Amino acid sequence: MAPAIRAHDLTKKFGSFTAVDSISFEIEEGKIIGFIGANGAGKSTTIKMLCGLTKPTSGVMEVAGFDVAKHPEKVRENIGYMSQKFSLYSDLTVKENIEFYGGVYGLSRNELKDRLSWVIEVADLKGRENLLTSDLPLGWRQRLALGCAVLHHPRIVFLDEPTSGVDPVVRDKFWQLIGQLSGEGATIIVTTHHLEEAEFCENILMMHLGRIVVNGSPEGIRKQFSDLPLFEIETAEPLKVFNMVEQESWITDAAIYGNNVHVYAETQGPVEALDEVLKKSGIADFKIVKAAPTLEDIFVKETRPKGRAPNV
Amino acid sequence: MKRILRVVKKEFLQLRRDKRMFGMLFVAPVLQLILLGYAATVDVKNIPIVICDLDNTKESRELLSHFTSSGYFTTVAYIDDVNQVDYYLKSGKAGMAIIVPVHFGRDLQAGRTPQLAVIADGSDSNTSGIGLSYASTIALNYARNIVVKRAESYNLIKNANDLPQVVAQTRAWYNPDLESVNFMVPAVLVMVLMVITLTITSLAIVKEKENGTIEQIVVTPLHDLEFILGKMIPFILIGMVEVLLVLFVSVYVFHVPLRGNVITLLVLSLLFIMVALGLGLLVSSISKTQQQATMTAQFFVMMPMLILSGFIFPIENMPRLFQYITYLIPVRYFMEIVRGIFLKGDGFADLWPQTLALFAIGVVVLSMSVYTFRRSIR
Repeated sequence: MAPAIRAHDLTKKFGSFTAVDSISFEIEEGKIIGFIGANGAGKSTTIKMLCGLTKPTSGVMEVAGFDVAKHPEKVRENIGYMSQKFSLYSDLTVKENIEFYGGVYGLSRNELKDRLSWVIEVADLKGRENLLTSDLPLGWRQRLALGCAVLHHPRIVFLDEPTSGVDPVVRDKFWQLIGQLSGEGATIIVTTHHLEEAEFCENILMMHLGRIVVNGSPEGIRKQFSDLPLFEIETAEPLKVFNMVEQESWITDAAIYGNNVHVYAETQGPVEALDEVLKKSGIADFKIVKAAPTLEDIFVKETRPKGRAPNV
Repeated sequence: MKRILRVVKKEFLQLRRDKRMFGMLFVAPVLQLILLGYAATVDVKNIPIVICDLDNTKESRELLSHFTSSGYFTTVAYIDDVNQVDYYLKSGKAGMAIIVPVHFGRDLQAGRTPQLAVIADGSDSNTSGIGLSYASTIALNYARNIVVKRAESYNLIKNANDLPQVVAQTRAWYNPDLESVNFMVPAVLVMVLMVITLTITSLAIVKEKENGTIEQIVVTPLHDLEFILGKMIPFILIGMVEVLLVLFVSVYVFHVPLRGNVITLLVLSLLFIMVALGLGLLVSSISKTQQQATMTAQFFVMMPMLILSGFIFPIENMPRLFQYITYLIPVRYFMEIVRGIFLKGDGFADLWPQTLALFAIGVVVLSMSVYTFRRSIR
């Protein structure tokens, strides 16, 4: 099967600032893909270029099999896009918004009726059909926006920071909805800066300063980075341990998690060295374990400037 | 087509919820009509004058009676001291002062040429100019009467009509009483139409940009032209309703004669609305916020256009360069069209040059605005 999206050597510059720095990737049809990165990493810009909202400075993109630069209208028939900012009409009611977008997507009367009740149901808006969208709480608004973006059953759905600012309960509901859409066969592209959301994605692309730094499934990425020099020290005196290891120049990072101290070293195999340091300082009760990195560990490592982190 | 109608429907729904805009659309034009129809009169009547008769003779009183009975002046005070004139003019109690010098009567009797002093408050140059010309006319007529009487008394002529003279028989066609309401009210139609259509269109698209809703539109299969058309159709309809509203008030409240064909007026109004919409769209495309759009529309489009349209200031009186510039101002042509149809009963046969000019400007403006709009959203 042809990939849903193919991007080659994509670059976007705003003046002298490079928002997206010659990235290339392919996205398989039917998957849930997460673009992970801090604010300003280039996620939204990438998505906007794929949707045809911004022209790339250079590079080639194919979305749903069509060249974005040459056949933008073909692309638009096949995609749904939900912007970071709420962009439905706030002075129209829930129903009026759905009807408007249904009409714009060229749905027939019957299709529109079906989709209207579908959106009302999934967005949990029964009884609020005639409310102005400006009066809806954020979580409902977001789900309505998603509903409106997929009225025409697009093959590819782009969601730009759909869960920023909503509470965890609403976020869970939102991800259920994403799962449902994916189950219907749509390819979903989500941007987020919540690393825990990466676990819901089948594939993730970590972005940093306009580049893709890591690309793969969460499982695959963890496996790829399994030999990161990451250790867990179980101890009754975490604070003391933390203060000790922090002073060592070959320790890049350390953090306290309850009774554990996570230590992140520069090189492989410093278990003996750690052992020595702690023993020397008179801490008797401790246990050093090699830890499996989380996505967060990997993300932090990959986006940190080389060398020791300043005062983490 | 179905998609365009969706946009049209959406626009009307939004408009219905925007109470302030709704008020602006239907209350403002009537208010403007009433203000300009009643208050913006350029007829000059009842100029307050102060009279200083230093001579106090039969002759001086006779001359002054011509002023007081003319209908153009209202006497606010009689004074004896010339120095008081300053007070009356400065305080605004009088707009003009008429001073008859001592020996006025004696000099006349002796066949000399006495001077009559007429002083006007030049800070209101319009009224003063007109008042001064009334005063000269009155003085001239008075002098002529004296000449006639003198000639009769010396038996030079048998009656007044034997004195040779040229009399200009003046008629103001199309507006015989030179009533300014007939001149102003049709112009208000032009102004209202321009202000309303330009303002709402300039806001229409920039509002979607500001709220981010345009992004959502751009990713749909809706074509740019469908979007523009869908946005414009409601404004065209509103514009036409405005025309009918203003026409109704002009004819039935102000009794301005509508001598030409209503259909011609409506068709040409439609043409003008298209031009105004194009300008509004252009403003909307180059602006980033609604505030910017309003400012640009008001100061860079509407004000210069109104001033150069001949609405208040006659184009013939402008410096040559500005006269040439007015050829680029669509309002100028529409002003001529509306006044022509209203007052002269002009038809297409008379108005084709203006129509053609308006059409040409419309084509240029609309294509420019569509081009800029499409560039601004991608």
